Amino acid sequence: MSENQPLPSPRPTPAAPSIAEINRARARRRRQAVLFGRVAVLVVVLGAWQLGTALKWIDPFFFGSPLGIVLRLAYWFTHGTAYGSFWFQIWTTIEEALLGFIVGVLSGVVVGVLLGEVPFLADVAGPYIKVVNALPRIVLGSIFVMWLGLGLASKVMLAAVLVFFVVFFNAFEGVRSVDRNLVANIRILGASRLQVVRHVIVPSAMSWIIASLHVALGFAIIGAIVGEFLGAQHGLGLVIATAQNTFDANGVFGAMLVIGLLALSAEALMAQVEKRLLAWRPAPAGEPAGRA
Amino acid sequence: MSGASRQGGISFTSVTKRFVNPKGEVMTAIRDVAFTVEPGQFCAIVGPTGCGKSTTLTLTAGLDSPSEGSVRVSGQTVDGLTRNVSFMFQADALLPWKSVLANVSLGPLFRGYSRADAQAKARDWLRTVGLSAFESHYPHQLSGGMRKRASMAAALINEPAILLMDEPFSALDVQTRSIMSNELLQLWERTRPSVMFVTHDIEEAIALADKVIVMTAGPATVKAVYDVDLPRPRGPVQEIRFEPAFLELQRRIWSALREEVEHAYQRSTGGAPAGRSEP
Ligand SMILES: Nc1ncnc2c1ncn2[C@@H]1O[C@H](COP(=O)(O)OP(=O)(O)OP(=O)(O)O)[C@@H](O)[C@H]1O
Ligand SMILES: [Mg+2]
Repeated sequence: MSENQPLPSPRPTPAAPSIAEINRARARRRRQAVLFGRVAVLVVVLGAWQLGTALKWIDPFFFGSPLGIVLRLAYWFTHGTAYGSFWFQIWTTIEEALLGFIVGVLSGVVVGVLLGEVPFLADVAGPYIKVVNALPRIVLGSIFVMWLGLGLASKVMLAAVLVFFVVFFNAFEGVRSVDRNLVANIRILGASRLQVVRHVIVPSAMSWIIASLHVALGFAIIGAIVGEFLGAQHGLGLVIATAQNTFDANGVFGAMLVIGLLALSAEALMAQVEKRLLAWRPAPAGEPAGRA
Repeated sequence: MSGASRQGGISFTSVTKRFVNPKGEVMTAIRDVAFTVEPGQFCAIVGPTGCGKSTTLTLTAGLDSPSEGSVRVSGQTVDGLTRNVSFMFQADALLPWKSVLANVSLGPLFRGYSRADAQAKARDWLRTVGLSAFESHYPHQLSGGMRKRASMAAALINEPAILLMDEPFSALDVQTRSIMSNELLQLWERTRPSVMFVTHDIEEAIALADKVIVMTAGPATVKAVYDVDLPRPRGPVQEIRFEPAFLELQRRIWSALREEVEHAYQRSTGGAPAGRSEP
């Protein structure tokens, strides 16, 4: 290559760009190309969809249209829905998912650590947990609506149950795989059983637990929305259910879009939390996979 | 450093330890082991790999109990965790999610010091082992030698009456190892705990110890005990190892150990004589 030539180049170049600069420029160009590609896909798909409905190739009654979705969302945001402002519906779902997430994670970690630490309890509880876990958990939603009514509690409960199992299994496995050497060491240093749990068991199970939180967050949102589907007075699930019953395709897609954005931002937040909690770790090597 | 903590004699009387392996077979790790370590004595243990040296330390610490015989520490039969003991494990045992400072201050913290006092004490020890500048590093950000020094500080900070060390320096290069040996000796001179020091390195054993125990191939029992009459303080390991008394001891211990090592090797390779290779 000409860069390696010791001879003076025939054409005088003002300041030869360094390899690093070239690489940076190349990376920048690539990023721009990728972004452009993504936007292009979006424009083509939405454009085709819009055009298709305008030319009556696709029936807008069943498939909606991008413009219709935007208008529907705009209407909801400005005029509200039949059961209160749209913001309130969004907040209701967030609240249910968040509470369910918190309850599910806490109980999952506590029970997982407890059963992991006390083999007797694990042996006793094992079959029952397997049975409940084998149940399609969505059907529990019906029971919760019966027990707890149409309000917040039934959705929180459903979300919490979905989250619980994901977190529980990972916490349990994490506790089981703790380095026994570390436990022996800290016990000899004088730690009580509780201190062993706090300083060794929990932090060491943490990478397992955190791996499960991504999946758990998704489950919390699913739990809240399915719960609302089954019976609610507010929430995005109810918005979708109502739109579905009135054959309002634009409404269904609009609410879906909002839920998707919600899940994405929750995911981004989770990534930040994870980075903080696992700051002690060296470069991110393989980590235990989250289980669904 | 107080008089009470100076007790710390260890005695094994016909101790046997059996393990049940996952297949349900019983295997004997150590058999009829008997020896004593006087309070404040530095005792090295050498023996072929897998013979049961780590097991001996585990029994002393009370992490496990003997199948037969008794282990006594400071005159009392070991039952549950032995108190006033520190253990440097064969593998790294620093908590990877805590900084060096937090790791070293664990000992005092568990013994009831306030967080501030524990950290002050830990800083003292980090200065002693030359890690002051690294107190907020995580273990994985240290070199192998630094990690060993941090482990040593974490083990010694409780000023134990007994220090159990399981091949603490075996993962280090030769130069670092001799530096660490010297540092260990200096630290040991300060509080003079009784030490059980497992090693594969005869030179290291003689340079450090008052007494070297040679164990047989597994199931291990005590083959021979050698007293090391080199004067203390010993000074740098690199210098005393050419003294005639040192060389003579080294020769005797090696000849005792060699038979056992060969024995263990032959057994582990299915009885095939060493050195023959299949085509
Ligand atoms: N918890 C255990 N369960 C079953 N067997 C064990 C257990 N701990 C040790 N053993 C067995 O006891 C024997 C002695 O083990 P030990 O770790 O004491 O050897 P060692 O002398 O320390 O070896 P090395 O020098 O390689 O560290 C080995 O054969 C080992 O397989
Ligand atoms: Mg060992």
